[in-house]
Amino acid sequence: MTALLEATDLVRVYTGRQGLFGKAAPVRAVDGVSLRVMPGETLGIVGESGSGKSTLGRMLLGVDPAQGGTVRFGGTPMPERATPAWRALRARMQMVFQDPLAALDRRLTIAAQIREPLEIHRIGDARARAARVGELMQAVGLRPDQAGRYPHELSGGQRQRVVIARALASGPELLVCDEPVSALDVSIQAQVVNLLRELQREGRRSMVFISHDLKVVRNLCDRVAVMYLGRIVEEGPSELLFARPRHPYTRALISSVPEPGRPLDGRVILQGEPPNPAKRPSGCAFHPRCALATDVCRNTVPELRQTDPEQTAACHHADGTAASRAA
Amino acid sequence: MTLASQPDTAPRRRLLPRRMSSVPAAVGFGLIWLGLVVLTAVFADLIRPYDITQMDLSARLSPPGTPGHWLGTDELGRDVFSRLIQSVRVSLVIAFGATIISAVFGTTLGFLAAQFRGAVEHFVVMLADFQAALPFLIMSLAVLAFFGSSMVLLVGLMGFYGWERYARIARGLAISAGAQGYAAAVVQLGATPRRVYLNHILPNVASTLIVSMTLTFPEIILMESGLSFLGLGVQPPETSLGNMVGFGREYLTTAPWIMLGPAVVIMLTTLSISLVGDWLRDRLDPTIR
Repeated sequence: MTALLEATDLVRVYTGRQGLFGKAAPVRAVDGVSLRVMPGETLGIVGESGSGKSTLGRMLLGVDPAQGGTVRFGGTPMPERATPAWRALRARMQMVFQDPLAALDRRLTIAAQIREPLEIHRIGDARARAARVGELMQAVGLRPDQAGRYPHELSGGQRQRVVIARALASGPELLVCDEPVSALDVSIQAQVVNLLRELQREGRRSMVFISHDLKVVRNLCDRVAVMYLGRIVEEGPSELLFARPRHPYTRALISSVPEPGRPLDGRVILQGEPPNPAKRPSGCAFHPRCALATDVCRNTVPELRQTDPEQTAACHHADGTAASRAA
Repeated sequence: MTLASQPDTAPRRRLLPRRMSSVPAAVGFGLIWLGLVVLTAVFADLIRPYDITQMDLSARLSPPGTPGHWLGTDELGRDVFSRLIQSVRVSLVIAFGATIISAVFGTTLGFLAAQFRGAVEHFVVMLADFQAALPFLIMSLAVLAFFGSSMVLLVGLMGFYGWERYARIARGLAISAGAQGYAAAVVQLGATPRRVYLNHILPNVASTLIVSMTLTFPEIILMESGLSFLGLGVQPPETSLGNMVGFGREYLTTAPWIMLGPAVVIMLTTLSISLVGDWLRDRLDPTIR
């Protein structure tokens, strides 16, 4: 089976400046990331804030141009941004944003906004579009009488459902969800997560789910990629990765998820902040915070390599540290 | 709880209607006045009792209330009311024309700067800085003195007044909308730049632009008055509001009605524009209702 989305060696460098007259320091937000998404598969991307998850998500969609590497969608290379071919491709790949209020035009009713992709891509006539909007609103759990509402008149969860309905309108094959639930409170998170689960079940739609919430990722994703400072440090099937994390960073992330009725002792607690991406540590970027760090970690960048049949990790000690606690 | 909330919602809806059914008195006045002014401008030829150049030398400087000349006559015995009607037409054409030219021109340049960034943006910002640094009145004087005054030139020239404000506002708002939020979301849906700017960004920034227009409009009327006063605006025997005020100044102590009429019209028109513009901005915004 060929991959729906295939990214190879993606690089994105931002130029940060320290102070008014400071020297421009390149920040490698995404640094040589390769991944593939199969049709119907949900890939989770997890990592701390600033690890480059959102930038990666936008690059996968071609919204942010890649400075290095390629993205292939359905076997063909991603067209240049803002060209007619690129715009036409939007019908097949869509994005769900973190902040639904910002992503919606506050001057248009939600029905008009859900209809927008249909108008842009000239799908159906006026009557078919109206029917499709009704269908989509029902699918995401919005009442028909809410069609004439404006975004500010809806709750956060309802707004996010509008954004999801709009993203689904053109029937995309790929949906990139950039922290779709992190701006919502917990009870509403569950509604949106359930909605996404239903969407997964109903069709062969691939999804890239970007989140820092491991519980949600575990719940939704078939495969998970863990990012640290712009690189993927571990990737594997969701079940395996959560049960048997190979990379110490993954282990720390997993054990940081609080569980009721379980004491905090024996956990791997991460020390300190993620390092400044402009001053990337030598060798393995994780070594200043890693309990297992040795000389080789400080000097040599670990390559992503196979640790299990379906799992890869970028750690010098991935093989020797299999004895890990199942989270 | 459901029982308690049920009767509670009905009277509240009546107290806070979703749409404002009544227009505030001041805005009502503004609308009526602007309507009158526009009607006067359109039908000036029909309403005008005398020709603006028709002199009645036996009735020079007659005060308001004189039968046949209800607003009096000027120093040449021309009917002030007829001249006022013609002035409203001329000034309105200049002010409306110029405001629209400057709003369209400035907004377009601002959007172009936001869309293309880079060299285009630098160029537009440079032009805007140039415009802001330029003493506009002096440049107008130079242009009018060089080319001679004509109505078309005057409207065109006034149309360059204040465009840099629209350009800056439009550019800033478009960039911020594109960086995060609805504009980026619509681009991501596959919309063409045309659609993004006309259907999304323009309606969202319209309220700010309208307020800017309500500020520019009176300024243009006053600018035209200033130019006419200096003798480079509307040329006699043609007349405009500023022109009338300028020539009436000489008779301020003996025949104040010559300049008071147009002065009052200038004041009421600019006031009405401000009131209506402010109200319009609120009405156009679905979040304030």
